[in-house]
Amino acid sequence: MGEKNYQITVRDTGECFMCGENEFILGAMTQAGCGPIRYGCFGGGCGVCKMKVVSGKVCAVKRMSREHISQSEQEQGITLICCIQPRGNVIIARGRQTDLKTEREDY
Amino acid sequence: MALNKTLRPGLVQLRVLDLEKTLDFYKNILGLNEVCRTADGRVCLKAYDEFDHHSVTLRLADKAGLDYVAFKAGSQDELERMKRDTEAFGYPVDVVEPESDQPGFGKRYGFTISTGHRFEIYCDVELAEQRPMTKNPDLWTDPPRGMRAQRLDHFLLYGPNIAEAERFCREVFGMFVPEVCNTPDGNRLAAWITGSNKAHDLAFVEYPEPGKLHHLAFYLQDWNDVGNAADWIAINRLKLDIGPTRHAITRGLTIYFWEPSGNRIEVFAGVYTAYPDNPQRVWDSDQLGRGLFYYSGEMIPSFLKIVLKLPPPGQPPRMFTRIELERLRCSPLSRQ
Repeated sequence: MGEKNYQITVRDTGECFMCGENEFILGAMTQAGCGPIRYGCFGGGCGVCKMKVVSGKVCAVKRMSREHISQSEQEQGITLICCIQPRGNVIIARGRQTDLKTEREDY
Repeated sequence: MALNKTLRPGLVQLRVLDLEKTLDFYKNILGLNEVCRTADGRVCLKAYDEFDHHSVTLRLADKAGLDYVAFKAGSQDELERMKRDTEAFGYPVDVVEPESDQPGFGKRYGFTISTGHRFEIYCDVELAEQRPMTKNPDLWTDPPRGMRAQRLDHFLLYGPNIAEAERFCREVFGMFVPEVCNTPDGNRLAAWITGSNKAHDLAFVEYPEPGKLHHLAFYLQDWNDVGNAADWIAINRLKLDIGPTRHAITRGLTIYFWEPSGNRIEVFAGVYTAYPDNPQRVWDSDQLGRGLFYYSGEMIPSFLKIVLKLPPPGQPPRMFTRIELERLRCSPLSRQ
């Protein structure tokens, strides 16, 4: 997996975790145990890990289902974090995705 | 019980986001065989123990999920009877010409049911070249690969008004309903439905949004093969959803996970044998956790919450043009 060089910050909670360049942000987040999401398909299909990249450079390595990320959302940096890898320090936010809040309440 | 109405769900068309990676999963991990490719780039697959031409078609698309499912009718007469009864039930029926988009398949009729899902029915389909032996047969000719899926089995759909969908399956498809789950006020929350001795050919969960797919299931030989599937999931870093565990509902020995495009797959074994004259098993909704996850007895949140959408109802899925397809296949993935 290589070194975890980049810091990812969850704006809503202030939680931080480290993520490598070849690592998906959701995977690193799950590994770090800092949520908010534990579940999902990890394949860009189910839309559960929808978040917004507030700042920082990322690379979308997997295709995301258009069902969940429209063209205009994509342009605003709204993304599925199971499909993106960091290219620097990144700040992400939950936005108004209620699913994530629900998941958080579950554990 | 004569089995002559709806034999089984015999064909599904799935949308995938990454054809190469997802095809590799279906072939080398789940263990399906590639049968052929269509001119528009879809891939047709079958499990080693199935006789018919193919049972799964993968279509590269920008949304994951299910295009449609097709049920095989027991005879041409039954097919025509079902078509008439579907129209009488109130669902407009369209015709998909023989050999038009699914190689080896004859004419299909298509329609959309109350839950927003497109169903199709057909009778004629060619036998596959690679199929189980029938003369003094061995178990297989080529050793089964990976999870060793034997056949396509069933799927779980989410949508509104499952009571009507259930009635359609009974009245038009000639199916019966071995097991159900009801809310405290007596409404249907879920139904497991079959047209044969299988515990279920399909299942529904009541859900406000139409046309959603929960999972697609393939049958394995036994509990050992469920463990083998778990090994393949772990070795290939697939995302596990739940299991290995036991469903009390249908009694399936089971494991759920997501394939690389985010479609949820179940592989399972060991269900009960259903008979139409047996009394129906009934679950209260507050017992559903135990019904689904018998060993832990607790509901797992991801299991009921995460579901995939289907295309808008009413029409066969739109096929991509060659140019659009090339763009999907070749364009560098978006960078932000």
